Amino acid sequence: MDRFGRNWYKFSRNPMSIVGLVTVTVVVFLAIFAPQVAPQPEAAGKFVDFANASLSPRWRYPFGTDVIGRDIMSRIFFGFRFSILMGVVVLSVVVPPGVTLGLIAGYNQGTWLETVIMRITDIFLAVPPLVLALAITSVLTPNLFNAMLAVSLMWWPWYTRLVYGLAITLRHEYFVRSAETMGASKAHIIFREILPNCISPIFTKMSLDMGWVILIGSSLSFVGLGVQPPKPGLGTMVADGAQYLPDQWWISVFPALAIVVIVLGFNLLGDGLRDMFASEES
Amino acid sequence: MSFIAFIVRRLVHSIFVLLGLSVVIFIISRIMPGDPARMAVGARAPQWAVDNLREQMHLEDPLYAQYYYWLRDALHGDFGISLVTRRRVADDIKEVFPATLELTLFAGIIMGGAGIGLGTLSAWHKDKWIDNVLRVVSYLGVVTPSFVFAILFLLLFGMSLKWMPTMGRISADVSRPSSVTGLLIIDSLLAGNLRAFFDALWHLILPGIALAMSGLAQEARITRSTMSDNLTKDYIASARSLGIPEKVIMRKFLLKPSLIPTVSILGLDFAGTMSSAFLVEFIFNWPGMSRYGINAMLRKDLNAIAAVIMILGVVFIIVNIAVDLVIAQLDPRIRLAPGRGE
Repeated sequence: MDRFGRNWYKFSRNPMSIVGLVTVTVVVFLAIFAPQVAPQPEAAGKFVDFANASLSPRWRYPFGTDVIGRDIMSRIFFGFRFSILMGVVVLSVVVPPGVTLGLIAGYNQGTWLETVIMRITDIFLAVPPLVLALAITSVLTPNLFNAMLAVSLMWWPWYTRLVYGLAITLRHEYFVRSAETMGASKAHIIFREILPNCISPIFTKMSLDMGWVILIGSSLSFVGLGVQPPKPGLGTMVADGAQYLPDQWWISVFPALAIVVIVLGFNLLGDGLRDMFASEES
Repeated sequence: MSFIAFIVRRLVHSIFVLLGLSVVIFIISRIMPGDPARMAVGARAPQWAVDNLREQMHLEDPLYAQYYYWLRDALHGDFGISLVTRRRVADDIKEVFPATLELTLFAGIIMGGAGIGLGTLSAWHKDKWIDNVLRVVSYLGVVTPSFVFAILFLLLFGMSLKWMPTMGRISADVSRPSSVTGLLIIDSLLAGNLRAFFDALWHLILPGIALAMSGLAQEARITRSTMSDNLTKDYIASARSLGIPEKVIMRKFLLKPSLIPTVSILGLDFAGTMSSAFLVEFIFNWPGMSRYGINAMLRKDLNAIAAVIMILGVVFIIVNIAVDLVIAQLDPRIRLAPGRGE
């Protein structure tokens, strides 16, 4: 069996991993094709339909409508867009510098470079990411872009720390030693010898982090510092609906469950990947 | 001796981290567009008042001097005047911090107690139905944001079933005990006021559990996995072969070593509740520091934002050092090994 087939076999042995993969696939599909699959695509914006306002869940509106008559299900599909966008942008901004700094610090263990990088990392890890992200977004203008910027600023140290831990063990391995004796450049050793051996943990962490970044993004939206209405951020929708509790519970409960589903999906997927990579090594 | 050296090193390291954090906070508070002095006096104030205030706030000085003044005042507990409440930020914080401390301590106790309890239960009945149910529930607990729990609890127990109060720390018709510690359940006990005690406790339950849920689930998962790993170890098998009763094995040989990873994560999670509290206090209208912080953030009240973050940083560091001490108590290898941390 080829490598892909073997890995797929290992991954698919756990039914929960498959659940995660399917959930993530469905959510990404709904996010990309929201304008096509949403029953009421205009609900994503400033749409008003007072005749059908505040309807409880029914056949035509499976998740009900909000106080100005927008279909909640359609808004959730569009909300997935912001969540996925947030996760993808933050991780693509954060992973390359975070990983590079971790590699540099780990390979130069015992030098001032390591000290400087890792102490700066400590500072950012000293406060919960949500709090600093809240503070940064609040002094800037609250919107999706600044929310992504703030979360990115908070997130790179986790990758630095992860890769640093891997690099300090890898740098004593024989293949690194032999590359050194053959006169390979530092850049070659760091990126061609050490980095390829860090890929699986980085990959696993990225999958898990998609969930956490989305969670933080929805928390920012929830307090009004993320996606701004009328745009349908999932957290924004929960917060808006909260004032109509308990009578019109569906306005906030369904978006809240949507957040749970998306975070759950990425977590199950990440756990599946981790188990797959773990069994690959043994 | 080596242990004392270890603690001293942690303290020095912490001071460094706090200094770094203060630089970060200072930078955040200066990247905001606009003139802080103008914002403080309002748009209609005359220019001379703004200039006066700029002078007072050292805004005319170079950045490093501004930082120096800011840090010097902060070290004296002076974080300036809140632009929203028009009071000293330090006085505001003194009023709201105990409420947050009470809530997070309560959540921390639930988190540790229930998490370890459920994890032990799971490990003890590994792969039976009770374990499977607990595993699914704790997975859901980990991935559900605290504000979702808060809203669901509020809706279900507060509004639909009307079992629990939905806002504040104490009912309006219950007399507050005089403040000693600031924690209502302790103050009311000190005053012998049982009615206030139960009322305050009743108010704590929903926000406390909402705040504890994700950490609780995390603790249960970790306790289960460490404990079921330890159950297969040789020393447990040899204890069993000696005929030691299962309950004694559980209590004396299994629980303590299995708690080490749980305690280190518990510390992180407890500190994390301070951040989730930002959302939960908001929902339950809990008059604590996090709600104060959120309001400060929504209104760009820089001095208050800086103070709240700085205090959270201090709490984080204290918790981390406390965790190290507890783990050293649980794990003799750390206490006895010379030169740990090398």
